[in-house]
Amino acid sequence: MATQDEPSIFADLDDGATEEDVESVNRWERTLRLWRETIGEQWRMLTDDLLVKLAMVTLTFFMAVAIFAPLLAPHGPLTRQYETDAEIIIADWVDPVFIDSESAYILGTTSQGYDILSQLIYGSRAALLVGLLAAVFTAGIGTLVGLTAGYYGGKIDDTLMRIVDFLYGMPLLPTVIILVALLGPSLWNIIFAIIVLQWRSTARVIRSQALSLRERPFVKAAQVAGASDWHIISRHLAPNVLPLSFLYGAFAIAWAILAEAGVSFIGLGDPNRVSWGTMLQSSRAYAALDFGVWWWFVPPGICIGLVVISGFLIGRGYEEITNPELR
Amino acid sequence: MSLNTPMDDETLLEVRNLEKHFQVDEGIISSLLRSVTGAEADYVHAVDGVSFDLKRGETLGLAGESGCGKTTTGMSLVKLHEPTDGSIRFRGRDLTEADDDELAQFRQNAQMIFQDPFESLNPRMTVYDTIAEPLRIHDVRNETARVRRALEFAELQPPDQYFNQYPHELSGGQRQRVAIARALVLDPDFIVADEPVSMLDVSLRAGVLSLMERMTEEFDLSVVYISHDLSLLRHMCDRLAIMYMGKIVEKGPTEDVIENPQHPYTRSLINAVPVPDPGIGRERVELGGEVGDAIDVPSGCRFHGRCSEYIGDICETEEPPLEGKADFEGRQEVACHLYEPADDVVEARVGETTDTGDDSAASADD
Ligand code: SF4
Repeated sequence: MATQDEPSIFADLDDGATEEDVESVNRWERTLRLWRETIGEQWRMLTDDLLVKLAMVTLTFFMAVAIFAPLLAPHGPLTRQYETDAEIIIADWVDPVFIDSESAYILGTTSQGYDILSQLIYGSRAALLVGLLAAVFTAGIGTLVGLTAGYYGGKIDDTLMRIVDFLYGMPLLPTVIILVALLGPSLWNIIFAIIVLQWRSTARVIRSQALSLRERPFVKAAQVAGASDWHIISRHLAPNVLPLSFLYGAFAIAWAILAEAGVSFIGLGDPNRVSWGTMLQSSRAYAALDFGVWWWFVPPGICIGLVVISGFLIGRGYEEITNPELR
Repeated sequence: MSLNTPMDDETLLEVRNLEKHFQVDEGIISSLLRSVTGAEADYVHAVDGVSFDLKRGETLGLAGESGCGKTTTGMSLVKLHEPTDGSIRFRGRDLTEADDDELAQFRQNAQMIFQDPFESLNPRMTVYDTIAEPLRIHDVRNETARVRRALEFAELQPPDQYFNQYPHELSGGQRQRVAIARALVLDPDFIVADEPVSMLDVSLRAGVLSLMERMTEEFDLSVVYISHDLSLLRHMCDRLAIMYMGKIVEKGPTEDVIENPQHPYTRSLINAVPVPDPGIGRERVELGGEVGDAIDVPSGCRFHGRCSEYIGDICETEEPPLEGKADFEGRQEVACHLYEPADDVVEARVGETTDTGDDSAASADD
């Protein structure tokens, strides 16, 4: 690069006159910092909003509950506290403390003799597992597909977007129900089915972002400098679409939890696991509503509501960051 | 031979008949219809046969109204576009045939400076990362020292103070200096500068322009300046090429073209510029009539719809070649039927036996 006739301003650096690479700035450190600052900035903007803060606190609370469930729950979620007359569905439950102060069970028991509080606590595990895994994969797959389609364009874009269009033709809940019915009722299948359907919206939005980003001069400048496609996607496109990925991830939490509750409610839930959805389902099966056993189905309903609303609020807060016009 | 090896007085870049056509976006329905009826897709003829040479250390200006294809030409020169047809040779090597190694060498040697410094820097990257990026891509050693040197050259002093700043913390002029530092950090031989100061505050332009002059000098750079601003190009360029609808209509030494314009289009462009003053930029040149349709290009001379010198049918039927002319003093080449081809052009023609020879013989008779 250095010309022989007219030494360039970098000439002495090329002569090897300087000792082994005196790099005062480490490149990994810098890449790391780029990401840390991007995420940090998003975080600060996000937590600016009181509602979002409350939503975060709620989610954190449920996360803590889920993690420490074995310590917090007084009983096993599927441990019968007493035996009812076998085979017969009867209304044989223990009232919660606020009805019967003698009761040993804070939220009472179900008619099968399960402790409701313990079920609720363990149920948060299923909800958050579904919510977080679905969110991570929805945002992850959607972002990757969207960036690839948007950046490369042409046939790759066409193919990927036809797949997305195809998925858009399927309604979320019915399709998840059918998939789970086919694959077998387990929590993992539910998560899988939700992810398969949900990445579509993220992919579509990220693609349109990538389409406009790739025309921006700073991407062109990187191309002129010889950057590989992967370099451009990971360094130039990804950091700039990150807020949108987060936004769709946050919404995905809410949708996934709702979908899981719905699937469980109609009886396709994981039989070996308690979730809020399966609690609702069994309360319906035992006609809790008819017997006025509201403490069986109201608490899981509230929990679902709280987590779902938190997800939407965080998503909403993110929307305001990514789309300043909403402010 | 390596693309990195400089030679004295070499022709760095040879562009021959460069064409870039973009297919017009169409929906699925119309593309289906087209495949059934067998009709041809519409193409925008952004660049339609551009040729020029660029010597080492030489600066060439590409001028014209917006939409004349000058930016597309510039982008093709640094391989942001694959040309539809024609060739670009860098140090004698045809870039369309270059292998990966040669392409990487070309990428090190050819850089671009963009119009809008607010858009050409990634808002999420610090100044240091932005300038160091080309070095990392090409695995060049002494990253920090080089970045520092490049910043110093771009008059961003002291350089270390800028390392951790983000583009939004800088002024427009500083950003364009960062963009220039990024273009220079690989020590290139060739730079395309697309309207480098048009987005800057008038008060900052002179500073950035003098930096670019210094860079051309110091790095012995060949630069293609793209601008609608003739007074800027006059100030910065050794040679000038005026483009109209994807073609060069007049090309030659800057002084000849500006002082003694021959092509009717060039004249109208220059007449629209009242006083040449290199320090001050100007709004886009206005000209009567509409620019022709870039999809369904006009026959013959593309300027015939707006030309004040229109001399009859030949303007609409014969495409005037860009060639040396006999009727005036200047050294420029002009694509217009008003002038007789220079003697050497005619001689060269007579030697040819191809059909183009016949065409030009006919036009020479007019
Ligand atoms: S060829 Fe004819 S129409 Fe074209 S610029 Fe010359 S005189 Fe005008």
